[in-house]
Amino acid sequence: MAERCAVLGIGQTKHDSERDDVSIAGLVREAALRALEDAGLEWADIDAVVIGKAPDMFEGVVMPELYLADALGAVGKPMLRVHTAGSVGGSTAVVASHLVQAGVHQRVLTVAFEKQSESDVMWALAPKIPFSMPIVAGAGGYFAPHIREYIRRSSAPDTTGINVAVKDRVNALKNPYAHLQMEDISFEQVADSPMLWDPIRYLETCPSSDGACAMVLGSESAAGSVKNPAWVLGTAVRSEPIGMAGRDEVDPRAGRDCAAEVYKQAGVTNPHRDIDVAEIYVPFSWYEPMWLENLGFAEQNTGWKLVDDGTTALDGDLPINPSGGVLSTNPIGASGMLRFAEAALQVRGEAGEHQVDGAKVALGHAYGGGSQFFAMWIVSDEKP
Amino acid sequence: MRDVAVISFSQAPSVRRESDLNEVEMIVPVVTEAVERSGIDRKDIGFTVSGSCDYLAGQPFAFVMGLDAIGAWPPIRESHVEMDGAWALYEAWVRLQHGDVDSALVYCFGKSSLGELRDVLSLQLDPYYLAPLWPDSVSLAALQARSLLDGSDHTELDMAEVAARSRRDARDNPNAQVTGDTDPNDLLNEPYIADPLRKHDCAPISDGAAAIVLAAGDLAREKCERPAWIKAIDHRIDAHSLGARDLKKAPSARIAAEAVGAVKDGFDVAEIHAPFTHQELILRDEFGLSDKTRINPSGGALAANPMMVAGLTRIGEAATRVMDSSADRALAHATSGPCLQQNLVCVLEGN
Repeated sequence: MAERCAVLGIGQTKHDSERDDVSIAGLVREAALRALEDAGLEWADIDAVVIGKAPDMFEGVVMPELYLADALGAVGKPMLRVHTAGSVGGSTAVVASHLVQAGVHQRVLTVAFEKQSESDVMWALAPKIPFSMPIVAGAGGYFAPHIREYIRRSSAPDTTGINVAVKDRVNALKNPYAHLQMEDISFEQVADSPMLWDPIRYLETCPSSDGACAMVLGSESAAGSVKNPAWVLGTAVRSEPIGMAGRDEVDPRAGRDCAAEVYKQAGVTNPHRDIDVAEIYVPFSWYEPMWLENLGFAEQNTGWKLVDDGTTALDGDLPINPSGGVLSTNPIGASGMLRFAEAALQVRGEAGEHQVDGAKVALGHAYGGGSQFFAMWIVSDEKP
Repeated sequence: MRDVAVISFSQAPSVRRESDLNEVEMIVPVVTEAVERSGIDRKDIGFTVSGSCDYLAGQPFAFVMGLDAIGAWPPIRESHVEMDGAWALYEAWVRLQHGDVDSALVYCFGKSSLGELRDVLSLQLDPYYLAPLWPDSVSLAALQARSLLDGSDHTELDMAEVAARSRRDARDNPNAQVTGDTDPNDLLNEPYIADPLRKHDCAPISDGAAAIVLAAGDLAREKCERPAWIKAIDHRIDAHSLGARDLKKAPSARIAAEAVGAVKDGFDVAEIHAPFTHQELILRDEFGLSDKTRINPSGGALAANPMMVAGLTRIGEAATRVMDSSADRALAHATSGPCLQQNLVCVLEGN
């Protein structure tokens, strides 16, 4: 990689179930303006815009980047639109970082969003395609069997998922941007919530959110004007087919390969020791222990122990999702970029009340499709 | 910048309605052929990226089934843009600049026949102020054509001549959908479908797929006798709001062309992605093309226009003419959005 890349500015909207005070353009602009202000830059300083979001049917606008060119100051500039399912927020940041690392641009604005209240995600996910199995129950119905298989393999107690759900909602109380602010959240409240897709209870799922996230990424020389940039130590993406017989949906090889590549680039040999904090994509509570294993933070079938013994709590040895994670905020297209941005906030020491003390190296992780698309990056406060 | 070249290209025949094959079945032959022609083993390809549009297929994640078609196992480095395949090629070109991988597969597909294309493209417009009025893509193009005719020396006969030349050249293109030998003056006797556009001014509705393999440096020289080197590539976007634009111009196309050094230099061939005849006239002016440049020898988008594919096909057609030595220097262009809102320009050379 020829050039170094750093995160110069970060912005996100207040996430909510319905941001009816803004249009789609207003939503993405809110995040973009905050990222520019954070970086101390103006629209004119930006060389290119890379935008990502999940399926266009989630708002009902075909290729909305065309309409958003004006709001994002892209007129006369290059604009790319990435779409890689749920991993898209992460993949979009990776594409933007490549433009800097390749030496094509000095400063790139990257934005991801979803405004779920404009349409109906359950409807969008449930088309009847001839000769294809419909996912009429939405994403939870698709992933529930994979979670059941994880519980069977690992013999995890059925309370681990509840513990994750409580932990992330408690963390979200320290994040003013988080959608869910459940001050009375408790183990009993989650345990007593309705079972939606066994073993996933209502309070073990992510919410539907409107929100956007933006980052300004820049080259080493562009980073000179920022007092505490987050340096990108590595980026990786991996994809595998959804329909291949014999692939492991519970512990996908694409996730393991992606982690191995990003660790190699970042010089991480023992992830649990070398990484201080991780923001990982957990839309259903059980995906925290599942991804802890897939990412190599825990041996196979033992990830649940790191949850149950408090290792992944905000004050634990390996804090996972101090922001509250996808379980507290889920503007789908932006959820991956929020993981990447929150990782960068941690190593910049700017995560506010949910700051992990002394965080130097952080992982951002996103996945999508049928547990088949993965995007990751590792950021540090130190220049590589 | 690292030297990167097109080393192989494959496309499916463009047809009005592909009713026998689904998207996966359309992708498999072109990807297989492009990879075979590249001489690179499928498993050795370092990066894969595709372009498609969910709304054409009427389902979310239309590209997921595409991934199943290309043999992504062991897991691959892969990306997808909700854009024409030309922009997927741009992402691949950027990715190859890193130096850790030397080859990339780019593919794209679109079945415009599955819905009412004019209506589907209306959903591409500002969802608050424009889309609720349901202006369709042909009507918007007609506004642009009227603006050009009223604000320049171009005439409806100039437009008809573009159509006649495209159809004539397309007779030599086995993948073309609209071909024939017609007199431009006869075309002017046809009725308007959206004044001042007649049927011949509009690209056909097409289903299709295409794939390109890129390779860097020595790998390109080893695998291809005469690679089509990407000397420069750039893309830009204009404002979306039609009222904020001078529709008889395409400033983003001009900026991109200036960025790649196209405006002042001559080309043997230019493959221009103009789905409407008047748009070729606008783009020729923006690019400053002279009479020495042969425009759209393939017949262009007026002969075959699968959505999400026709832009990459321009790069593939231009590269093919460089690779077979019929051109030394070629310009390829792709467009997206209403009335030429977004434009990509690529310069290909044999040496």
